[in-house]
Amino acid sequence: MAKIEAEITNKKVGIFRKNKVVIEKLNTILIGSIIPILLITVWELLSRIGVFPSYQLPAPTTILNTIYEMGLDGTLWSHIGVTTYRVFAGFLIGTGIAVVLGSFIGFYQRAERLFDPLIQAFRSIPSLAWVPLFILWMGIGEPSKITMIAVGVFFPVYLNIVSGIHGVDRKLIEVGKMYGLSTFQLIRRIILPASLPSFLVGLRSGLGLGWMFVVAAELMGASQGLGFLLTFGQNMSQPDVILASIILFALIGKLTDWLLKLLEQRSLQWQDRIQD
Amino acid sequence: MVIKITRTTIASMARSHSGLESGEKMTLVLNKVSRSFDGVAAVKDVHLKVEKGEIVGLLGTSGCGKSTLLRTISGLDTGYDGVIEINEKTSKQVNEETGFIFQEPRLLPWLNVLENVMFGLEGKRAEKLDKANHILQSVGLAGKENLYPKELSGGMAQRVAIARSLVTSPEILLLDEPFSALDAFTKMQLQDFLLDVWKKYHTTMILVTHDIDEALYLCDRVVILRGQPGEIVEELKVEEARPRNRGSEQLAQLKSDILTALDLNKQSVY
Repeated sequence: MAKIEAEITNKKVGIFRKNKVVIEKLNTILIGSIIPILLITVWELLSRIGVFPSYQLPAPTTILNTIYEMGLDGTLWSHIGVTTYRVFAGFLIGTGIAVVLGSFIGFYQRAERLFDPLIQAFRSIPSLAWVPLFILWMGIGEPSKITMIAVGVFFPVYLNIVSGIHGVDRKLIEVGKMYGLSTFQLIRRIILPASLPSFLVGLRSGLGLGWMFVVAAELMGASQGLGFLLTFGQNMSQPDVILASIILFALIGKLTDWLLKLLEQRSLQWQDRIQD
Repeated sequence: MVIKITRTTIASMARSHSGLESGEKMTLVLNKVSRSFDGVAAVKDVHLKVEKGEIVGLLGTSGCGKSTLLRTISGLDTGYDGVIEINEKTSKQVNEETGFIFQEPRLLPWLNVLENVMFGLEGKRAEKLDKANHILQSVGLAGKENLYPKELSGGMAQRVAIARSLVTSPEILLLDEPFSALDAFTKMQLQDFLLDVWKKYHTTMILVTHDIDEALYLCDRVVILRGQPGEIVEELKVEEARPRNRGSEQLAQLKSDILTALDLNKQSVY
Protein backbone atom coordinates (compact mmCIF):
# COMPACT_ATOMS: atom_id res chain seq x y z
CA MET A 1 0.00 0.00 0.00
CA ALA A 2 2.61 2.43 1.14
CA LYS A 3 4.66 1.52 -1.90
CA ILE A 4 1.82 2.31 -4.30
CA GLU A 5 1.20 5.58 -2.54
CA ALA A 6 4.84 6.43 -2.78
CA GLU A 7 4.76 5.68 -6.47
CA ILE A 8 1.75 7.89 -6.97
CA THR A 9 3.39 10.76 -5.14
CA ASN A 10 6.51 10.16 -7.18
CA LYS A 11 4.48 10.47 -10.35
CA LYS A 12 2.80 13.57 -9.03
CA VAL A 13 6.15 15.06 -8.22
CA GLY A 14 7.26 14.14 -11.75
CA ILE A 15 4.33 15.92 -13.34
CA PHE A 16 4.79 18.83 -11.01
CA ARG A 17 8.44 19.08 -12.00
CA LYS A 18 7.60 18.96 -15.68
CA ASN A 19 5.06 21.72 -15.20
CA LYS A 20 7.61 23.69 -13.29
CA VAL A 21 10.12 23.40 -16.11
CA VAL A 22 7.54 24.53 -18.66
CA ILE A 23 6.52 27.46 -16.48
CA GLU A 24 10.12 28.48 -15.98
CA LYS A 25 10.72 28.39 -19.73
CA LEU A 26 7.61 30.49 -20.38
CA ASN A 27 8.82 32.89 -17.74
CA THR A 28 12.18 33.42 -19.40
CA ILE A 29 10.47 33.97 -22.75
CA LEU A 30 8.06 36.46 -21.19
CA ILE A 31 10.75 38.41 -19.38
CA GLY A 32 12.92 38.46 -22.48
CA SER A 33 10.13 39.82 -24.67
CA ILE A 34 9.03 42.70 -22.43
CA ILE A 35 11.47 45.24 -23.85
CA PRO A 36 11.08 44.26 -27.55
CA ILE A 37 7.29 44.44 -27.29
CA LEU A 38 7.52 47.80 -25.54
CA LEU A 39 9.87 49.19 -28.19
CA ILE A 40 7.71 47.96 -31.05
CA THR A 41 4.59 49.46 -29.50
CA VAL A 42 6.30 52.81 -29.00
CA TRP A 43 7.63 52.67 -32.55
CA GLU A 44 4.16 51.91 -33.92
CA LEU A 45 2.61 54.76 -31.94
CA LEU A 46 5.28 57.29 -32.89
CA SER A 47 4.98 56.31 -36.55
CA ARG A 48 1.19 56.62 -36.47
CA ILE A 49 1.21 60.11 -34.98
CA GLY A 50 3.86 61.11 -37.50
CA VAL A 51 6.95 61.61 -35.34
CA PHE A 52 8.83 59.21 -37.67
CA PRO A 53 8.12 60.17 -41.27
CA SER A 54 6.92 57.09 -43.14
CA TYR A 55 9.43 57.60 -45.99
CA GLN A 56 12.21 57.07 -43.43
CA LEU A 57 10.89 54.72 -40.78
CA PRO A 58 7.56 53.06 -41.58
CA ALA A 59 5.46 51.54 -38.81
CA PRO A 60 5.91 47.87 -37.90
CA THR A 61 2.44 47.10 -39.23
CA THR A 62 3.37 48.65 -42.57
CA ILE A 63 6.43 46.42 -42.77
CA LEU A 64 4.38 43.35 -41.91
CA ASN A 65 1.89 44.37 -44.55
CA THR A 66 4.66 44.68 -47.13
CA ILE A 67 5.81 41.17 -46.30
CA TYR A 68 2.23 39.92 -46.48
CA GLU A 69 1.66 41.48 -49.89
CA MET A 70 4.90 40.06 -51.23
CA GLY A 71 3.74 36.73 -49.95
CA LEU A 72 0.43 37.12 -51.76
CA ASP A 73 1.90 37.95 -55.16
CA GLY A 74 4.51 35.19 -54.76
CA THR A 75 7.66 37.31 -55.07
CA LEU A 76 8.47 36.75 -51.39
CA TRP A 77 8.96 33.02 -51.87
CA SER A 78 11.17 33.35 -54.90
CA HIS A 79 13.38 35.90 -53.08
CA ILE A 80 13.67 33.67 -50.02
CA GLY A 81 14.18 30.60 -52.19
CA VAL A 82 17.00 32.13 -54.23
CA THR A 83 18.83 33.45 -51.18
CA THR A 84 18.48 30.22 -49.24
CA TYR A 85 19.64 28.26 -52.26
CA ARG A 86 22.76 30.44 -52.53
CA VAL A 87 23.57 30.09 -48.85
CA PHE A 88 23.14 26.33 -48.89
CA ALA A 89 25.07 25.79 -52.09
CA GLY A 90 27.93 27.91 -50.74
CA PHE A 91 27.66 26.27 -47.34
CA LEU A 92 27.83 22.76 -48.80
CA ILE A 93 30.77 23.53 -51.06
CA GLY A 94 32.69 25.40 -48.36
CA THR A 95 32.00 22.69 -45.79
CA GLY A 96 32.90 19.92 -48.21
CA ILE A 97 36.28 21.41 -49.04
CA ALA A 98 36.89 22.23 -45.38
CA VAL A 99 36.13 18.65 -44.32
CA VAL A 100 38.49 17.14 -46.89
CA LEU A 101 41.33 19.59 -46.33
CA GLY A 102 40.79 19.87 -42.59
CA SER A 103 40.81 16.15 -41.90
CA PHE A 104 43.79 15.63 -44.18
CA ILE A 105 45.76 18.36 -42.46
CA GLY A 106 44.54 17.32 -39.02
CA PHE A 107 45.65 13.73 -39.45
CA TYR A 108 48.97 14.19 -41.21
CA GLN A 109 51.42 16.51 -39.59
CA ARG A 110 53.45 16.70 -42.78
CA ALA A 111 50.42 17.95 -44.65
CA GLU A 112 49.94 20.52 -41.94
CA ARG A 113 53.46 21.83 -42.34
CA LEU A 114 52.96 21.95 -46.09
CA PHE A 115 49.53 23.55 -46.32
CA ASP A 116 48.70 25.29 -43.09
CA PRO A 117 50.92 28.38 -43.49
CA LEU A 118 49.33 29.08 -46.86
CA ILE A 119 45.81 28.64 -45.51
CA GLN A 120 46.58 30.89 -42.54
CA ALA A 121 47.92 33.52 -44.93
CA PHE A 122 44.73 33.37 -46.97
CA ARG A 123 42.71 33.61 -43.80
CA SER A 124 44.23 36.98 -42.98
CA ILE A 125 42.77 38.42 -46.20
CA PRO A 126 39.32 39.88 -45.47
CA SER A 127 37.12 37.60 -47.57
CA LEU A 128 35.14 40.47 -49.08
CA ALA A 129 38.33 41.66 -50.74
CA TRP A 130 37.94 38.76 -53.15
CA VAL A 131 34.67 40.13 -54.53
CA PRO A 132 36.05 42.11 -57.48
CA LEU A 133 38.32 39.26 -58.50
CA PHE A 134 35.51 36.71 -58.40
CA ILE A 135 33.30 38.97 -60.49
CA LEU A 136 36.13 39.44 -62.95
CA TRP A 137 36.65 35.70 -63.19
CA MET A 138 33.12 34.37 -63.04
CA GLY A 139 30.91 37.26 -63.99
CA ILE A 140 28.05 38.62 -61.97
CA GLY A 141 25.96 35.39 -62.00
CA GLU A 142 25.52 32.60 -59.51
CA PRO A 143 29.05 31.10 -59.57
CA SER A 144 30.76 34.18 -58.19
CA LYS A 145 28.14 34.57 -55.46
CA ILE A 146 28.30 30.96 -54.36
CA THR A 147 32.10 30.97 -54.42
CA MET A 148 32.01 34.06 -52.25
CA ILE A 149 29.82 32.35 -49.67
CA ALA A 150 31.84 29.13 -49.83
CA VAL A 151 35.02 31.08 -49.01
CA GLY A 152 33.29 32.61 -46.00
CA VAL A 153 32.02 29.24 -44.77
CA PHE A 154 35.30 27.43 -45.38
CA PHE A 155 37.49 29.05 -42.74
CA PRO A 156 35.53 28.53 -39.54
CA VAL A 157 34.70 24.95 -40.51
CA TYR A 158 38.28 24.19 -41.49
CA LEU A 159 39.80 25.71 -38.35
CA ASN A 160 37.40 23.86 -36.08
CA ILE A 161 37.98 20.52 -37.78
CA VAL A 162 41.75 20.85 -37.48
CA SER A 163 41.62 21.94 -33.86
CA GLY A 164 39.03 19.24 -33.11
CA ILE A 165 41.27 16.52 -34.48
CA HIS A 166 44.33 17.91 -32.73
CA GLY A 167 42.39 18.12 -29.49
CA VAL A 168 41.38 14.45 -29.34
CA ASP A 169 42.45 13.02 -26.00
CA ARG A 170 45.65 11.03 -26.42
CA LYS A 171 44.41 8.75 -23.66
CA LEU A 172 41.39 7.67 -25.68
CA ILE A 173 43.57 7.00 -28.69
CA GLU A 174 45.67 4.76 -26.47
CA VAL A 175 42.57 2.76 -25.59
CA GLY A 176 42.03 2.16 -29.28
CA LYS A 177 45.66 1.18 -29.75
CA MET A 178 45.38 -1.27 -26.86
CA TYR A 179 42.72 -3.08 -28.87
CA GLY A 180 44.95 -3.18 -31.91
CA LEU A 181 42.91 -0.80 -34.06
CA SER A 182 44.41 0.18 -37.40
CA THR A 183 44.91 3.83 -38.29
CA PHE A 184 41.71 3.83 -40.32
CA GLN A 185 39.75 2.25 -37.47
CA LEU A 186 41.24 4.73 -35.03
CA ILE A 187 40.03 7.58 -37.20
CA ARG A 188 36.57 6.14 -37.63
CA ARG A 189 35.95 4.88 -34.13
CA ILE A 190 37.76 7.41 -31.97
CA ILE A 191 39.06 10.51 -33.73
CA LEU A 192 35.92 11.33 -35.72
CA PRO A 193 33.41 10.99 -32.88
CA ALA A 194 35.75 12.78 -30.50
CA SER A 195 36.16 15.76 -32.83
CA LEU A 196 32.46 15.94 -33.69
CA PRO A 197 31.63 18.65 -31.10
CA SER A 198 34.25 20.97 -32.51
CA PHE A 199 33.11 20.21 -36.07
CA LEU A 200 29.53 21.15 -35.20
CA VAL A 201 30.67 24.41 -33.64
CA GLY A 202 32.48 25.09 -36.92
CA LEU A 203 29.34 24.32 -38.90
CA ARG A 204 27.29 26.77 -36.90
CA SER A 205 29.71 29.64 -37.17
CA GLY A 206 30.23 28.75 -40.84
CA LEU A 207 26.51 29.00 -41.48
CA GLY A 208 26.41 32.35 -39.68
CA LEU A 209 29.13 33.66 -41.95
CA GLY A 210 27.30 32.18 -44.94
CA TRP A 211 24.30 34.40 -44.20
CA MET A 212 26.58 37.39 -43.80
CA PHE A 213 28.28 36.76 -47.10
CA VAL A 214 25.08 36.21 -49.03
CA VAL A 215 24.14 39.82 -48.21
CA ALA A 216 27.46 41.03 -49.57
CA ALA A 217 27.14 38.79 -52.63
CA GLU A 218 23.62 39.97 -53.41
CA LEU A 219 24.44 43.61 -52.78
CA MET A 220 27.13 43.45 -55.43
CA GLY A 221 24.52 42.78 -58.06
CA ALA A 222 21.53 40.51 -58.23
CA SER A 223 18.06 40.49 -59.73
CA GLN A 224 16.54 38.30 -57.05
CA GLY A 225 17.05 37.47 -53.43
CA LEU A 226 16.68 39.16 -50.08
CA GLY A 227 19.90 41.10 -50.63
CA PHE A 228 18.45 42.38 -53.90
CA LEU A 229 15.43 43.63 -51.93
CA LEU A 230 17.84 45.74 -49.85
CA THR A 231 19.24 47.57 -52.88
CA PHE A 232 15.81 47.69 -54.47
CA GLY A 233 14.32 49.33 -51.41
CA GLN A 234 17.18 51.80 -51.30
CA ASN A 235 16.84 52.76 -54.97
CA MET A 236 13.06 53.02 -54.79
CA SER A 237 13.12 54.86 -51.45
CA GLN A 238 11.01 52.17 -49.85
CA PRO A 239 12.33 51.67 -46.32
CA ASP A 240 9.57 49.17 -45.59
CA VAL A 241 11.07 46.81 -48.20
CA ILE A 242 14.53 47.20 -46.67
CA LEU A 243 13.24 46.52 -43.18
CA ALA A 244 11.16 43.60 -44.40
CA SER A 245 14.26 42.11 -45.95
CA ILE A 246 16.24 42.62 -42.72
CA ILE A 247 13.53 40.94 -40.68
CA LEU A 248 13.38 38.02 -43.10
CA PHE A 249 17.16 37.61 -42.93
CA ALA A 250 16.98 37.51 -39.16
CA LEU A 251 14.16 34.97 -39.14
CA ILE A 252 15.64 32.57 -41.68
CA GLY A 253 19.15 32.87 -40.25
CA LYS A 254 17.84 32.09 -36.80
CA LEU A 255 15.77 29.18 -38.13
CA THR A 256 18.71 27.51 -39.87
CA ASP A 257 20.93 28.03 -36.85
CA TRP A 258 18.25 26.48 -34.68
CA LEU A 259 18.12 23.45 -36.99
CA LEU A 260 21.88 22.99 -36.63
CA LYS A 261 21.60 23.44 -32.90
CA LEU A 262 18.97 20.70 -32.83
CA LEU A 263 21.30 18.45 -34.80
CA GLU A 264 24.07 19.30 -32.36
CA GLN A 265 21.94 18.42 -29.36
CA ARG A 266 20.81 15.17 -30.95
CA SER A 267 24.29 13.97 -31.79
CA LEU A 268 26.02 15.27 -28.68
CA GLN A 269 23.70 13.93 -26.02
CA TRP A 270 26.67 12.14 -24.52
CA GLN A 271 28.54 15.35 -23.80
CA ASP A 272 29.08 16.18 -20.18
CA ARG A 273 28.30 19.86 -19.93
CA ILE A 274 26.09 22.33 -18.20
CA GLN A 275 22.55 21.96 -19.47
CA ASP A 276 21.25 25.07 -21.12
CA MET B 1 53.80 -19.42 10.71
CA VAL B 2 51.53 -18.68 7.79
CA ILE B 3 53.75 -16.34 5.92
CA LYS B 4 57.14 -17.10 4.59
CA ILE B 5 59.16 -14.15 3.49
CA THR B 6 61.40 -14.89 0.59
CA ARG B 7 64.00 -12.32 -0.13
CA THR B 8 66.04 -12.42 -3.20
CA THR B 9 69.05 -10.28 -3.76
CA ILE B 10 69.65 -8.84 -7.19
CA ALA B 11 72.62 -11.16 -7.68
CA SER B 12 70.64 -14.30 -7.05
CA MET B 13 67.79 -12.99 -9.17
CA ALA B 14 70.13 -12.51 -12.06
CA ARG B 15 71.35 -16.07 -11.56
CA SER B 16 67.89 -17.50 -11.59
CA HIS B 17 67.09 -15.57 -14.76
CA SER B 18 70.04 -16.98 -16.65
CA GLY B 19 68.09 -20.06 -17.59
CA LEU B 20 64.64 -21.53 -17.24
CA GLU B 21 65.89 -24.36 -15.08
CA SER B 22 62.50 -25.00 -13.55
CA GLY B 23 61.12 -25.94 -16.96
CA GLU B 24 57.82 -24.36 -16.05
CA LYS B 25 56.12 -22.30 -18.73
CA MET B 26 56.35 -18.61 -18.00
CA THR B 27 53.55 -16.39 -19.15
CA LEU B 28 55.66 -13.29 -19.10
CA VAL B 29 59.42 -12.81 -19.11
CA LEU B 30 61.25 -9.51 -19.04
CA ASN B 31 64.91 -9.78 -19.86
CA LYS B 32 67.14 -6.78 -19.19
CA VAL B 33 64.46 -4.29 -20.09
CA SER B 34 65.51 -0.64 -20.01
CA ARG B 35 63.73 2.45 -21.20
CA SER B 36 65.04 5.96 -21.47
CA PHE B 37 63.43 9.16 -22.58
CA ASP B 38 65.69 11.61 -24.42
CA GLY B 39 68.75 9.98 -22.96
CA VAL B 40 67.46 9.98 -19.39
CA ALA B 41 66.93 6.44 -18.16
CA ALA B 42 63.54 5.77 -16.56
CA VAL B 43 63.95 2.06 -15.83
CA LYS B 44 67.12 0.05 -16.05
CA ASP B 45 67.91 -3.63 -16.51
CA VAL B 46 64.68 -5.09 -15.26
CA HIS B 47 64.47 -8.88 -15.07
CA LEU B 48 61.13 -10.34 -14.22
CA LYS B 49 59.41 -13.66 -14.67
CA VAL B 50 55.73 -14.11 -14.10
CA GLU B 51 54.03 -17.45 -13.89
CA LYS B 52 50.62 -18.18 -15.28
CA GLY B 53 47.89 -17.07 -12.90
CA GLU B 54 50.22 -15.10 -10.70
CA ILE B 55 49.35 -11.66 -9.35
CA VAL B 56 52.49 -9.56 -9.27
CA GLY B 57 52.60 -6.09 -7.81
CA LEU B 58 55.05 -3.46 -9.02
CA LEU B 59 55.50 -1.14 -6.10
CA GLY B 60 57.51 2.01 -5.86
CA THR B 61 57.44 5.71 -5.16
CA SER B 62 56.36 7.99 -7.98
CA GLY B 63 58.86 8.51 -10.75
CA CYS B 64 60.53 5.14 -10.35
CA GLY B 65 59.30 4.00 -13.75
CA LYS B 66 56.73 1.43 -12.75
CA SER B 67 54.09 2.74 -15.15
CA THR B 68 56.73 2.98 -17.87
CA LEU B 69 57.51 -0.67 -17.31
CA LEU B 70 53.85 -1.61 -17.60
CA ARG B 71 53.52 0.31 -20.84
CA THR B 72 56.47 -1.54 -22.33
CA ILE B 73 54.82 -4.84 -21.42
CA SER B 74 51.54 -3.75 -22.98
CA GLY B 75 53.21 -2.84 -26.25
CA LEU B 76 51.94 0.75 -26.09
CA ASP B 77 55.55 1.80 -25.61
CA THR B 78 57.95 0.11 -27.99
CA GLY B 79 61.00 2.28 -27.51
CA TYR B 80 62.68 0.07 -24.93
CA ASP B 81 65.83 -2.04 -24.92
CA GLY B 82 65.86 -5.67 -23.91
CA VAL B 83 63.44 -8.48 -24.59
CA ILE B 84 59.88 -9.05 -23.45
CA GLU B 85 58.42 -12.50 -24.01
CA ILE B 86 54.77 -13.35 -23.70
CA ASN B 87 54.01 -17.07 -23.80
CA GLU B 88 57.62 -17.61 -24.89
CA LYS B 89 57.24 -15.44 -27.92
CA THR B 90 59.10 -12.17 -28.22
CA SER B 91 56.52 -9.43 -28.27
CA LYS B 92 57.09 -5.84 -29.21
CA GLN B 93 53.61 -4.67 -30.03
CA VAL B 94 50.11 -4.67 -28.67
CA ASN B 95 48.76 -8.19 -28.66
CA GLU B 96 45.54 -9.94 -27.88
CA GLU B 97 46.87 -11.69 -24.81
CA THR B 98 47.11 -8.52 -22.79
CA GLY B 99 44.40 -6.27 -21.45
CA PHE B 100 45.09 -2.89 -19.90
CA ILE B 101 43.24 -1.12 -17.13
CA PHE B 102 44.27 2.49 -16.85
CA GLN B 103 44.32 4.74 -13.85
CA GLU B 104 41.29 6.57 -15.22
CA PRO B 105 38.37 4.65 -16.71
CA ARG B 106 39.03 6.14 -20.17
CA LEU B 107 35.56 5.29 -21.40
CA LEU B 108 34.56 6.67 -24.76
CA PRO B 109 32.07 9.38 -23.79
CA TRP B 110 29.95 9.00 -26.92
CA LEU B 111 29.25 5.32 -26.30
CA ASN B 112 26.96 4.00 -23.61
CA VAL B 113 28.04 1.42 -21.06
CA LEU B 114 27.16 -1.56 -23.25
CA GLU B 115 28.85 -0.15 -26.35
CA ASN B 116 31.92 0.73 -24.33
CA VAL B 117 32.22 -2.83 -23.11
CA MET B 118 31.77 -4.14 -26.65
CA PHE B 119 34.39 -1.74 -27.99
CA GLY B 120 37.26 -4.22 -28.18
CA LEU B 121 35.21 -7.20 -29.34
CA GLU B 122 35.12 -8.51 -32.85
CA GLY B 123 32.68 -10.79 -34.59
CA LYS B 124 28.92 -11.01 -34.85
CA ARG B 125 26.85 -8.48 -33.01
CA ALA B 126 24.72 -11.08 -31.26
CA GLU B 127 27.82 -12.77 -29.85
CA LYS B 128 29.31 -9.47 -28.79
CA LEU B 129 26.08 -8.50 -27.05
CA ASP B 130 25.98 -11.83 -25.30
CA LYS B 131 29.53 -11.55 -23.99
CA ALA B 132 29.12 -7.93 -22.96
CA ASN B 133 25.87 -8.55 -21.11
CA HIS B 134 27.39 -11.49 -19.33
CA ILE B 135 30.40 -9.55 -18.14
CA LEU B 136 28.27 -6.55 -17.13
CA GLN B 137 26.23 -8.83 -14.96
CA SER B 138 29.32 -10.14 -13.26
CA VAL B 139 30.64 -6.65 -12.49
CA GLY B 140 27.24 -5.81 -11.04
CA LEU B 141 26.19 -3.34 -13.70
CA ALA B 142 23.22 -5.18 -15.16
CA GLY B 143 20.49 -2.66 -15.97
CA LYS B 144 22.97 0.19 -16.51
CA GLU B 145 23.69 -0.72 -20.14
CA ASN B 146 22.18 2.42 -21.61
CA LEU B 147 23.83 4.97 -19.35
CA TYR B 148 26.47 7.26 -20.77
CA PRO B 149 29.83 7.70 -19.02
CA LYS B 150 28.82 11.17 -17.81
CA GLU B 151 26.04 9.54 -15.80
CA LEU B 152 28.32 7.12 -13.95
CA SER B 153 30.03 7.50 -10.60
CA GLY B 154 33.79 7.03 -10.43
CA GLY B 155 33.49 3.50 -9.11
CA MET B 156 30.91 2.50 -11.71
CA ALA B 157 32.98 3.95 -14.51
CA GLN B 158 36.04 2.04 -13.38
CA ARG B 159 33.95 -1.12 -13.22
CA VAL B 160 32.89 -0.58 -16.81
CA ALA B 161 36.54 -0.14 -17.70
CA ILE B 162 37.36 -3.41 -15.97
CA ALA B 163 34.50 -5.12 -17.80
CA ARG B 164 35.78 -3.72 -21.08
CA SER B 165 39.21 -5.22 -20.58
CA LEU B 166 37.91 -8.53 -19.25
CA VAL B 167 35.40 -9.12 -22.03
CA THR B 168 38.13 -9.99 -24.51
CA SER B 169 39.33 -12.59 -21.96
CA PRO B 170 42.99 -11.59 -21.92
CA GLU B 171 45.53 -13.95 -20.42
CA ILE B 172 47.45 -11.14 -18.82
CA LEU B 173 45.78 -8.16 -17.25
CA LEU B 174 47.93 -5.06 -16.81
CA LEU B 175 46.65 -2.65 -14.21
CA ASP B 176 48.12 0.83 -13.85
CA GLU B 177 47.10 2.11 -10.41
CA PRO B 178 43.53 1.17 -11.26
CA PHE B 179 41.95 2.19 -7.98
CA SER B 180 44.05 5.16 -6.96
CA ALA B 181 41.41 7.70 -7.92
CA LEU B 182 38.62 6.03 -5.95
CA ASP B 183 37.44 6.51 -2.39
CA ALA B 184 38.57 4.00 0.22
CA PHE B 185 35.36 1.97 0.28
CA THR B 186 34.91 1.66 -3.47
CA LYS B 187 38.56 0.78 -3.65
CA MET B 188 38.20 -2.15 -1.24
CA GLN B 189 35.08 -3.32 -3.08
CA LEU B 190 36.84 -3.33 -6.40
CA GLN B 191 39.91 -5.03 -4.97
CA ASP B 192 37.70 -7.88 -3.80
CA PHE B 193 36.02 -7.88 -7.17
CA LEU B 194 39.40 -8.23 -8.84
CA LEU B 195 40.13 -11.25 -6.66
CA ASP B 196 36.78 -12.75 -7.70
CA VAL B 197 37.79 -12.32 -11.31
CA TRP B 198 41.09 -14.01 -10.56
CA LYS B 199 39.34 -16.91 -8.85
CA LYS B 200 37.12 -17.38 -11.87
CA TYR B 201 39.56 -16.98 -14.74
CA HIS B 202 43.00 -17.31 -13.15
CA THR B 203 44.10 -14.32 -15.13
CA THR B 204 47.73 -13.36 -14.73
CA MET B 205 47.86 -9.84 -13.37
CA ILE B 206 50.56 -7.22 -13.19
CA LEU B 207 49.48 -4.47 -10.86
CA VAL B 208 51.29 -1.18 -10.66
CA THR B 209 50.56 0.57 -7.41
CA HIS B 210 51.97 2.93 -4.84
CA ASP B 211 49.63 1.62 -2.19
CA ILE B 212 51.49 -0.91 -0.04
CA ASP B 213 48.32 -2.23 1.58
CA GLU B 214 46.74 -2.82 -1.80
CA ALA B 215 49.80 -4.69 -3.04
CA LEU B 216 49.86 -6.88 0.07
CA TYR B 217 46.16 -7.59 -0.08
CA LEU B 218 46.12 -8.61 -3.72
CA CYS B 219 49.50 -9.89 -4.80
CA ASP B 220 51.31 -13.21 -4.69
CA ARG B 221 54.53 -11.37 -5.15
CA VAL B 222 55.53 -7.76 -4.66
CA VAL B 223 58.36 -6.38 -6.75
CA ILE B 224 59.88 -3.22 -5.39
CA LEU B 225 61.36 -0.64 -7.73
CA ARG B 226 63.48 2.19 -6.48
CA GLY B 227 65.60 5.03 -7.68
CA GLN B 228 65.93 7.04 -10.85
CA PRO B 229 66.34 5.15 -13.12
CA GLY B 230 64.13 2.60 -11.44
CA GLU B 231 65.65 -0.74 -10.69
CA ILE B 232 64.25 -3.78 -8.95
CA VAL B 233 65.69 -3.78 -5.46
CA GLU B 234 63.68 -6.50 -3.83
CA GLU B 235 61.02 -9.12 -4.33
CA LEU B 236 58.74 -10.29 -1.55
CA LYS B 237 56.46 -13.29 -1.67
CA VAL B 238 53.19 -12.92 0.15
CA GLU B 239 52.10 -16.43 0.99
CA GLU B 240 49.10 -15.75 3.13
CA ALA B 241 46.02 -17.56 1.88
CA ARG B 242 43.19 -15.52 0.41
CA PRO B 243 40.92 -13.96 1.46
CA ARG B 244 43.44 -12.07 3.49
CA ASN B 245 42.74 -10.05 6.52
CA ARG B 246 43.63 -6.46 5.72
CA GLY B 247 44.69 -5.86 9.28
CA SER B 248 46.67 -9.02 9.89
CA GLU B 249 49.93 -8.88 11.80
CA GLN B 250 51.80 -10.69 9.10
CA LEU B 251 50.83 -8.16 6.48
CA ALA B 252 51.85 -5.41 8.87
CA GLN B 253 55.26 -7.03 9.26
CA LEU B 254 55.64 -7.25 5.49
CA LYS B 255 54.60 -3.64 5.19
CA SER B 256 57.37 -2.52 7.47
CA ASP B 257 59.82 -4.62 5.45
CA ILE B 258 58.64 -2.93 2.30
CA LEU B 259 58.98 0.49 3.86
CA THR B 260 62.58 -0.36 4.74
CA ALA B 261 63.19 -1.61 1.22
CA LEU B 262 61.75 1.57 -0.24
CA ASP B 263 64.27 3.41 1.87
CA LEU B 264 61.76 6.08 2.72
CA ASN B 265 63.14 6.74 6.16
CA LYS B 266 66.64 7.57 5.11
CA GLN B 267 68.14 10.48 3.29
CA SER B 268 67.06 10.83 -0.28
CA VAL B 269 68.52 8.18 -2.51
CA TYR B 270 68.55 10.39 -5.55
